[in-house]
Amino acid sequence: MVRIPGVGDVGDVLSDGLEGLEHNFITSRVEDLVKWSRARSCWPATFGLACCAIEMMATGAAHYDLARYGMEVFRASPRQADLMIVAGRVSQKMAPILRQIYDQMMEPKWVISMGVCASSGGMFNNYAIVQGVDQVVPVDVYAPGCPPGPETLMHAILTLHDSIQSGELTRRRDTNGGGAAIQVEAQPATDQPVELAPR
Amino acid sequence: MADELVDADGGPDSGTGTDLGSAERVRRRDETSAVLRLSEAEAAVLAGGPDDPPAGDASDQRMILNMGPSHPSTHGVLRLLLEMEGETVLRSKPVIGYLHTGMEKTAEDLTYLQGPTNVTRMDYAAPLFSELAFSLAVENLLDLEVPLRATWIRMLMCELNRVSSHLLFQATNGMDLGAVSMMIYGWREREEVLRFFEKVTGLRMNHNYIRPGGVAADLPEGWQADVRRLLDLIPPRLDEYDTLLTGQPIFRERLQGVGVMNPAEALALSATGPILRSTGYAWDLRRDEPYLAYDEVEFDVIVGTHGDAFDRYAIRLNEIRESLRIVEQILDLMPGGDFRAQDKKVTPPPRSRIDESMEALIHHFKIFTEGFHVPEGETYAAVESPRGEVGCYLVSDGGPKPYRMHIRGPSFVNLQTLPHLMEGGLIADGVAVISSVDPIMGEVDR
Amino acid sequence: MSDPTPDGTDTAPTAKDDPVVPTAWGVPVVESGGQTVLHPPVDRWLETVKACQDDGFCMAIDLVAVDYSAHPGRTDLPSGIKPERFEVVASLISHASGRRVRLRTQVPEHDPVVPSLFDLFPGTEAMEREAWDLVGVAFDGHPDPTRILLPEDWEGHPLRRDVAMGRIPVQFRDAPAAR
Repeated sequence: MVRIPGVGDVGDVLSDGLEGLEHNFITSRVEDLVKWSRARSCWPATFGLACCAIEMMATGAAHYDLARYGMEVFRASPRQADLMIVAGRVSQKMAPILRQIYDQMMEPKWVISMGVCASSGGMFNNYAIVQGVDQVVPVDVYAPGCPPGPETLMHAILTLHDSIQSGELTRRRDTNGGGAAIQVEAQPATDQPVELAPR
Repeated sequence: MADELVDADGGPDSGTGTDLGSAERVRRRDETSAVLRLSEAEAAVLAGGPDDPPAGDASDQRMILNMGPSHPSTHGVLRLLLEMEGETVLRSKPVIGYLHTGMEKTAEDLTYLQGPTNVTRMDYAAPLFSELAFSLAVENLLDLEVPLRATWIRMLMCELNRVSSHLLFQATNGMDLGAVSMMIYGWREREEVLRFFEKVTGLRMNHNYIRPGGVAADLPEGWQADVRRLLDLIPPRLDEYDTLLTGQPIFRERLQGVGVMNPAEALALSATGPILRSTGYAWDLRRDEPYLAYDEVEFDVIVGTHGDAFDRYAIRLNEIRESLRIVEQILDLMPGGDFRAQDKKVTPPPRSRIDESMEALIHHFKIFTEGFHVPEGETYAAVESPRGEVGCYLVSDGGPKPYRMHIRGPSFVNLQTLPHLMEGGLIADGVAVISSVDPIMGEVDR
Repeated sequence: MSDPTPDGTDTAPTAKDDPVVPTAWGVPVVESGGQTVLHPPVDRWLETVKACQDDGFCMAIDLVAVDYSAHPGRTDLPSGIKPERFEVVASLISHASGRRVRLRTQVPEHDPVVPSLFDLFPGTEAMEREAWDLVGVAFDGHPDPTRILLPEDWEGHPLRRDVAMGRIPVQFRDAPAAR
């Protein structure tokens, strides 16, 4: 039991992160500060694939300006990024690379699925497109639209910021075992489409 | 027409390519070729695992470097296998397919009215051109005459789309070379054009506006004022770009002499658009095979002299000016009339008629559920998009859906020039070259 | 006059059963909607394209492969040409004369091989790779006959008509509880 005067018991921080701190006045203030700063300097990774990438760039440009949220630095290296905005349709060839980039990002990390193609396959329900990027990575916010205008993308980003700041995302991941703990098993290839449970 | 096709030396072109300089460089098949003909599996074997000791001896500088597909400067999901000696690129191979969407297969499942929604997402920087090529092909098979006003509206929207696409090029080109503020300026102007598109078509991008028979809706009230505003706003900003970039020594050093191609090579590689025109070869479908009403407006075809990346930048900048010149003429010459062909079997009736007429209701139902039938046959229609010739090869079996639809994407074909442009250059120049080819991966991979 | 079919047997009669078939560059020609379409047999594919190139057609615009297995009874072929399962269509353009020409060759299902146009028009390299990848027509003499759009280990040729679209049923997750 490692006790720091004022802060309290910090033994569980290594395994549970912020949620492992004993809750008292000082640690909750620290927690709020950390969540506040995480929300406000969320750096996106460049993962623009198709038409949504153009709208993502428009959101970062002068008229809609992501810089007011501290997000105009699109980091090319996933190690330096917090947020992956999957902007565009993910093809079968691209899916392993998407997973690879996601795995290279450091915790805490979040994913916004921008556009209908990333959220569900969009208008392309065929052999070539992964039907929803949540088959490959865990998604936190879905932004609909084809392509979503900059206002929609910003609404999605602000929704994510609210969830980060309220701690809802961290709590949800703990209960679902999501986040970095997700294990994706390779399924053997079949030539029959996968029948899911009837609606 | 033959005497207007100029080769790099300024003499007339005989049409057989013998006066245009050699195209032998692009015909090589063996290891001396600029194209690294290695399959991805072989390249993966050569690369070895991450924990393998480095192969070869310490003085061996030759290596195969993988650039992309997730890369800030590859304009989308383009992967390049580069065989390099130190920093010099010897051979390269563009690996594509990371955005393959199966759009040609999807097109076989969509009616002709839904077709433009599909093709518009191929070249997403200039979506109206793909829609136009598709609609022209369908109208060829239907033998349908499009009203005059619809033709002029299509021309107006396409030229404004050319402006917005070239502004996107200016922005991304500047950013790739390090002039990051150019990114902000290019998008600033583009927003103005997109605002006009949103007013007319309802969407900023991927409009589904140009449909077989005409356009989806008429231009709204007050469109002349909006276009006039664009015509007053953009030219002074283009002069700003000239001040920022064109005369600037660092920009010129980075682009002049980089990625040089001669006309014979460009023809042999089937390159079209600014790449072909940068070599001095004046071929523009708007002037040489006029479609829509391009023979009734005056504009110049911009041609380069050296075939390098700077020429391509300058061509695209001046094409914005020429497009605005065309738009100004359209403002004065726009005729009145229908915005869609009044063929009941093809054009859905106006919504108000559905309440009044049983026939209109039935036509609406048939057109939107089953689709209109197009006579059996095959055709090819081409237009000049900002990237080159975009064509649509359409095969119909008499049914309501295309039997086979193939879009000839200019970026797909132009990408073949990439290894030849990058050969012998530095890898930093490689970024400038990719940017000057201006590929849009949606149209490359379809 | 009309050319004999490659194997010399009787051809299936087509709708335009005409004893006098117009030819150009030695192969039957059809005017389809104002566009010139040539129909060379596969064994004369290279020489016909070469003849067009010598005549000023300086650029190969496009090369497509089509699978006609779902539409066997097509009527736009001149008499003397036996329709096969696959067709390879090349479009050429002549800048000096402003003319375009399209060449359609019939490729049988049991032997889907066509000579490659790479030596005449290096720009067909990527187009032929796409035709091989998506439709499965092989090009003899192509410098790099590998898949271009699909992953290299993909099996099958999706744009063939006997391959399904590959749809999966739409998945609806549990709707979130009302807040």
